[in-house]
Amino acid sequence: MTNNLPPGHPNFLNSKESRTVTRADLADAVYRVVGLSRAESADMVEAVLGEIASTIVAGEAVKLSSFGSFVIRSKGQRLGRNPKTGVEVKIEPRRVIVFKASNVLKIRINGGAVDGLASED
Amino acid sequence: MIKSELVQRIATRNPHLYQRDVENIVNAILDEITHALTRGDRVELRGFGAFSVKRRDARLGRNPRTGEPVAVDQKSVPFFKTGKEMRERLNDGEF
Repeated sequence: MTNNLPPGHPNFLNSKESRTVTRADLADAVYRVVGLSRAESADMVEAVLGEIASTIVAGEAVKLSSFGSFVIRSKGQRLGRNPKTGVEVKIEPRRVIVFKASNVLKIRINGGAVDGLASED
Repeated sequence: MIKSELVQRIATRNPHLYQRDVENIVNAILDEITHALTRGDRVELRGFGAFSVKRRDARLGRNPRTGEPVAVDQKSVPFFKTGKEMRERLNDGEF
């Protein structure tokens, strides 16, 4: 594995060995569990992310059990300030995505085991 | 939309796959992201967003009911930052 420190270790996040996981890693994970070709696996990662993205953009919340949920929040217009120049700027009303991690995900990130979900590592 | 609906929608668009396969695909993706975060890794999905883990230092909290101070341990929390393309898709056009 890329990081041998247990999640509770103080240097866990400071470890230089920490890396960035990308679409290619997700495609690889799909390739390992389902009997699809590498190309098809990559296409399916795209299909899953695409479906989640368009659902959110359409304004619908996406709730993925034991992972977390994506909800849309509408922000009203407000006055902001350019932190560098101090000049006031109008911030237009906009929509933002809020990701709320599930308790299962939070527990696992803190090194805990979760009933019914085997931790393979 | 919940996970089973996500699976159903993708299965409908990919008639060559069994629903069971699509379920395994969705779970493989979410598990891979979870495992990465468990290792302290960052997950960067261009155009979608990035998942990372932020550390919260130990602090002295308060029981809101009694006002009594309680020690809160250091912990890690998952964090999602919306990708640029998603942010633009959310805010262009009518809503």
